[in-house]
Amino acid sequence: MADKAARKELIETVQASLGEKIAEVDRDVIDPFVRVEAKDWPEVALFLRDRCGLDYLACLTSIDRGADGLEAVYGIERMDAERLQITVKILVSKDEPNIPSVEDVWRTADWHEREAWDLMGIVFTGHHNLVRILCAEDWEGHPLRKDYKSPDYYHGIRNNVV
Amino acid sequence: MSSEPASTTTDFAHSGDLRTEEMLLNMGPQHPATHGVLRVMVRTDGEMVIDCEPHVGYLHRCFEKHCESVSWLQSVLYTDRLDYLTAMGNNWGYCMAVERLFGGEIEVPERAEYLRVICQELNRVASHLLAIGTYGMDIGAITPFLYCFREREKILYIFETISGQRLNYNYIRPGGVAYDFTDDMVTMIGEFCEYFRPKMAEYNDLLSSNQIFKGRTANVGVLPIETAISYGCTGPVIRGSGVPRDLRKDQPYGVYDRFDFDVVVGSGEAGTLGDCFDRYICRVREMEQSIGIVEQALADLPGGEFRSPKIKQKIRPPKGEAYTRIENSRGEVGFYLVSDGKDVAYRNKCRSPSFHNIHVLPEISRGHMVADLIAIIGSMDIVLGEVDR
Repeated sequence: MADKAARKELIETVQASLGEKIAEVDRDVIDPFVRVEAKDWPEVALFLRDRCGLDYLACLTSIDRGADGLEAVYGIERMDAERLQITVKILVSKDEPNIPSVEDVWRTADWHEREAWDLMGIVFTGHHNLVRILCAEDWEGHPLRKDYKSPDYYHGIRNNVV
Repeated sequence: MSSEPASTTTDFAHSGDLRTEEMLLNMGPQHPATHGVLRVMVRTDGEMVIDCEPHVGYLHRCFEKHCESVSWLQSVLYTDRLDYLTAMGNNWGYCMAVERLFGGEIEVPERAEYLRVICQELNRVASHLLAIGTYGMDIGAITPFLYCFREREKILYIFETISGQRLNYNYIRPGGVAYDFTDDMVTMIGEFCEYFRPKMAEYNDLLSSNQIFKGRTANVGVLPIETAISYGCTGPVIRGSGVPRDLRKDQPYGVYDRFDFDVVVGSGEAGTLGDCFDRYICRVREMEQSIGIVEQALADLPGGEFRSPKIKQKIRPPKGEAYTRIENSRGEVGFYLVSDGKDVAYRNKCRSPSFHNIHVLPEISRGHMVADLIAIIGSMDIVLGEVDR
């Protein structure tokens, strides 16, 4: 993609300004990304929005990394003709899957985070209303986890019919 | 004991004696004006909407989990059923992500890129026709619906000829398209474009210049630019607010950089910038642009392969992750794919435009009448299939 050079440049800027807050940078993959620790995320998010002008949270993907834990991948962009993008990854353990919420930074994070909680079980601390959004309120478990087993019965309705 | 004769209603309301109570109203999930199974909890004070909250998920079937159990090519079928009114766009978005995972190994033939553009733009017209028709019907004008469906039917017939399906096409596949166009199909599409151009005036006569329609949509549901961006709105919803963001122009994918077209934005011509009318009129004018693109693509349609010969019955993208997004009828549809080198995807995440467009609903409907809420939901043009996935 044509914007790859601009993306790398943005990563340089972010790394130069935030230094230790950026835990890892990978430029050689298809979509270059930066990795931050969960505790540093609100500060990085504010920097990205206010200093880099990335005002549009396009996508929040949650990934089950098996033994490594759960990962949240934020795709953040600038809503102008250049459409500058950055990918931020945060890895948390399955025992304590806590990531600070950024719903105050980008309002759209509200539903994104609810979805990631619902389907993957990542807890977004500080979210004002972290409840299930796609599954039913009384659904058990987080379906997109790799070790998820769908229930045999739901309200007396038999599931897993082969 | 002397008392004045009963005051008029207006005096009564202003005297402070009339107390209205807040009421919690449940709109949907089975409601004709919610375009599917959307449930909106509305807090009302008389006829006024104080607050509302959309509840989604009634159509949830965990598309993303299904894609982890079927092959890469079979997943294309599931993407059809996300936004079932613009299945071509979903197919394309997913296929682009798969092609990106291969990292340039699969080259899409030029002819296939043109065929994709033609199908996507025709699909955009079909989708906007439905949006406009049902929007008119939501507001009480049933006639435009019949006119819109007359034209939409012709597009669906074209698609049926091309792909064998009327709605869930499964036509755009990784590495190209499923079937080639014959000369007859090219002629058929060309004839449709000729037929369709003058019809646009009819919609403008029926709706765009209709005073009742304007009265119902102008100054209603005004979406400010900052709110639209912060809520991640895309497509005609954000363009209606005057933001000229269109991925076909900003980051042209496929062969969109070869075509001449304008990005239509709202200008507040009937009332305030970013109101329901602006979102509506964006769709009407976008159809004209889309037909222009189809005509240009038909004129330059190159020959050659329509499918990359590298795509076999089974594909296995190398390990990696890729995110792509394209401009669909309702906004940006994005796919984040994770491959671990196996026959099935490790993770397939879909970023759907309607999911974010409906999220902004409470923000713009506070303080309006209940009837206006219907107008606002209609102007968002959501498809619950892709909201709930």
